[in-house]
Amino acid sequence: MNVSKELLPAGPSGEAPQETFILNLGPQHPATHGVLRIRTTMDGEWITRAEPIIGYIHRMHEKMGENRTWAKFLPNTGRIDYLSAMHYTHAFVGAVERAAKIEVPPRAEYVRVITSELNRIASHLVWWGALLLDLGGFTPILYSFEDRELILDLLEGLCGARLTFCYYRFGGLCNDVDAEFIDGTRALVKHMRPRLEMYRALVTGNIILRKRLEGIGPITAEMCRKYGATGPVIRGAGVAYDVRTVEPYSVYPQFDFKIPTYPEADSMARYHVRMDEMEQSLRIIEQALDQLPDGPVMGKVPRVLKLPVGDTTYAVEAARGRFMVRIVSDGKDTPYRLKLRTPCFSNLSLFEEASKGMMLPDALAMLGSLDLVIPDIDR
Amino acid sequence: MSMKNAVRDVFGGFWSLLVGLRITLGQFFKPIITVQYPRQTVKIPARFRGHIKLILDPESGLSRCTACNLCARACPSDCIVVEGAKKEGQKTKWVTDYHLDFTTCSLCGLCIEACPFDAIEFSKEYNTVARSRDDFNNMDLVARLAQEREVWAQNRPSQPPTPPASAPVTAVVAAAPAASAAPAAQPQPLEQKLTP
Amino acid sequence: MSAILDFLLGLAWPWTRLLLFLVGICAFVGLNAAYLVLAERKGAARFQRRPGPNEAGYAGWMQPFADGLKLLSKQVLIPPGTDALLYCVAPLMVMAPPLMCLAVVPFGESLVARNLDYGLLFVFSFGSINVMALMLGGWASRNKFSVISSARVVSQNVAYEIPMLLVVITLLMVAGTLDLNEVIRQQTGGFWQWNILRGIWDFRAGHIGANFLMPVTFIIFYTCMLAETNRAPFDMAEAESELVAGAFTEYGGMGFGVFFMAEYANIVLGCSLATILFLGGWQSPFPPVSFLAYFSGPLWGPIWFLAKMYCLVFSVIWVRWTFPRTQFYNLLNLSWKILIPISLFTLLLTGALMKLPLVWRHLF
Repeated sequence: MNVSKELLPAGPSGEAPQETFILNLGPQHPATHGVLRIRTTMDGEWITRAEPIIGYIHRMHEKMGENRTWAKFLPNTGRIDYLSAMHYTHAFVGAVERAAKIEVPPRAEYVRVITSELNRIASHLVWWGALLLDLGGFTPILYSFEDRELILDLLEGLCGARLTFCYYRFGGLCNDVDAEFIDGTRALVKHMRPRLEMYRALVTGNIILRKRLEGIGPITAEMCRKYGATGPVIRGAGVAYDVRTVEPYSVYPQFDFKIPTYPEADSMARYHVRMDEMEQSLRIIEQALDQLPDGPVMGKVPRVLKLPVGDTTYAVEAARGRFMVRIVSDGKDTPYRLKLRTPCFSNLSLFEEASKGMMLPDALAMLGSLDLVIPDIDR
Repeated sequence: MSMKNAVRDVFGGFWSLLVGLRITLGQFFKPIITVQYPRQTVKIPARFRGHIKLILDPESGLSRCTACNLCARACPSDCIVVEGAKKEGQKTKWVTDYHLDFTTCSLCGLCIEACPFDAIEFSKEYNTVARSRDDFNNMDLVARLAQEREVWAQNRPSQPPTPPASAPVTAVVAAAPAASAAPAAQPQPLEQKLTP
Repeated sequence: MSAILDFLLGLAWPWTRLLLFLVGICAFVGLNAAYLVLAERKGAARFQRRPGPNEAGYAGWMQPFADGLKLLSKQVLIPPGTDALLYCVAPLMVMAPPLMCLAVVPFGESLVARNLDYGLLFVFSFGSINVMALMLGGWASRNKFSVISSARVVSQNVAYEIPMLLVVITLLMVAGTLDLNEVIRQQTGGFWQWNILRGIWDFRAGHIGANFLMPVTFIIFYTCMLAETNRAPFDMAEAESELVAGAFTEYGGMGFGVFFMAEYANIVLGCSLATILFLGGWQSPFPPVSFLAYFSGPLWGPIWFLAKMYCLVFSVIWVRWTFPRTQFYNLLNLSWKILIPISLFTLLLTGALMKLPLVWRHLF
């Protein structure tokens, strides 16, 4: 049998043998949530280098967008990050509206905020369950999916789809909300608050979980800046960066909500940020339902949409961070360039630096706390 | 960590474990919430997006589609092929062939929004299964409409007007004689659903 | 003539009895493993508010057989490059110890395969073998995940053997015997005479018990039992979200099935020991007075024993479906920094409290 050079015993000088080996996590591995591959160089159970290898689910969304008319890209937006489809559609629709100077009726904007926040809660619920799954607790994901199901039912009643909603249109929405949705959402808000309390008692306070997340996987604000990490990752590093307040869009300035930040910068901080965000989303939904104006949900949109020559960006706070669409138009009915700035790509890119010297289970817990959606990385 | 903190950690931690156990035990005695699918089904919302289908006009029993091709042009995945033929004596076209490649359809609904005649809609069919890809990559919506038309004709209290003889030579016509014969033989107001 | 027959029968009977018991234990372990898997799945389902397996047979009762058939019908595959002998032997070695140990476990007063005077020692000496088997299985599979897992298993089991044995020594001091049946016999006379409560206050003698921290000792024993059987939240060997399936990654078909069965056999064994040592084994929870004496009859013994044992098994399932997995160093910290000091303290306390009456009498 061949003995590789790495496995040879210590040299005559007596230094400790450097016995490292390469461990391939993925592309099919229970902890990578999809086809992410991490090539780790391990020293025992310690990671000396973890190199994410991406591209297994690259679908050329940008190129697809450049080859079809503006409206035809709409269904694609929900498929980049399938867990926060509303936000992604919002960004694309917003960019086109900004470029073409389309007026959106206020009712449509309010409904967009409500559905976006519902989607955010649903996305965080998936993250919560999946993180616990990574940590070996199987039951929480079924509790969280129980609640997510209620949200998906509401959104399905609104637009007919449960995941890739494709609900927004240039200038408004494809359907108006009905009384059933409004009552259902109010009931959901009432239902979610005690459920969040229950999650807190079942999981957040649990000593095993705290020991696994507290002080593990520090990602400092400095590192976030270096790699462009956004969303709960940077808020977990103590920076109150949220697109909803930093670059206000839609009708978010009208609502009173807090941006939860935790200065600890560890996995637990990111955990707390997301748990608090769910509560803030409930608050926003409540306010938006109270203020929901009457009126049409569709503005005036030209039949054949041609954007003026120019360069427009529009950023939204998706569930995982800042998602930005940049469209460069040369006056034709297709984009000249369509750039999608996805949060997961930046959030993953810091993994290599952050995971150096960590133990394998800790690194995987940190990976779970980053809340990655692999199609969003590859797009 | 000071001694006091350590002791508090042990007791607090143990208490948190007990709290967790209490919660799961509480859930243990609650009724199950899952739907036992083949035996039970969930309510399909009115805006459910199944595959698209041609709407059967309840007045005439025919499709309203004029094969204007707007849906095919609006489709991001190019999965719709519409063919039409001109009716005799009329200026508009009439759908003869409506093929949907369901394998590439992303159910976005842009075709439905593009339709100026309200001729297509989402079906409520959610358990679309087949043994081969061929069943889906060439769904013949006109033939499906013909099947629907049979049910429609049976449930009609009065004799349906036979489609004009000049109507396109398709499955719609083939289904017509059977449909017109049916109500005379058995005049029953069967409470049948429109969708098969 | 009849004297000769009696003599022969007397010679043959102990062996026949042993054989019968061995068959019985094998059947018991096999059925337990099969139906505990179902119980686990059903229990997990209830905790998660779903029905669990309910298609095979009435309410899923035939599911274990369906699973078994599926596992048996799979091809026996030895991955290339493995140490074939060790790879095949490991599942056998992991199954053997719990079978051996159950031979000395008294299910009822006389329902024990072999009543050894040193039964407790026997159980613990054989109980440690399955660590070795898991390690060999992981090592022989020639898979990086498996090797990591087997290294974890060894250090975990070594770490938890110590507090477990310290706890058992505490109990030995109270009981004064290694004979499991004798340990149970001492706990007669109602549930307050069981070791877990008798330690706090000795009702029969009317003074403070041998160790008022006995419930804590029980929790330590239970925790160690979970760790020794590699159950959640200490399932380092099979940490599926980190190590795919740990030591069992390369096993398929019945090889995997035997590992799976051994896990449940070990749980049964661990819960039986906890029942014997702390919860009075086959003793009735009622005192043998007036009509309640009926429940102390010989036929009730196995029923009480199994009832107590299965309650503990249920709690094991309950714990698994509630908590996330611990991190490896937290696991070792828990053992070395918390469990071992506490169990050492209870050991000293027991010694002190047992000698206290003597000292008292001597002084006054």
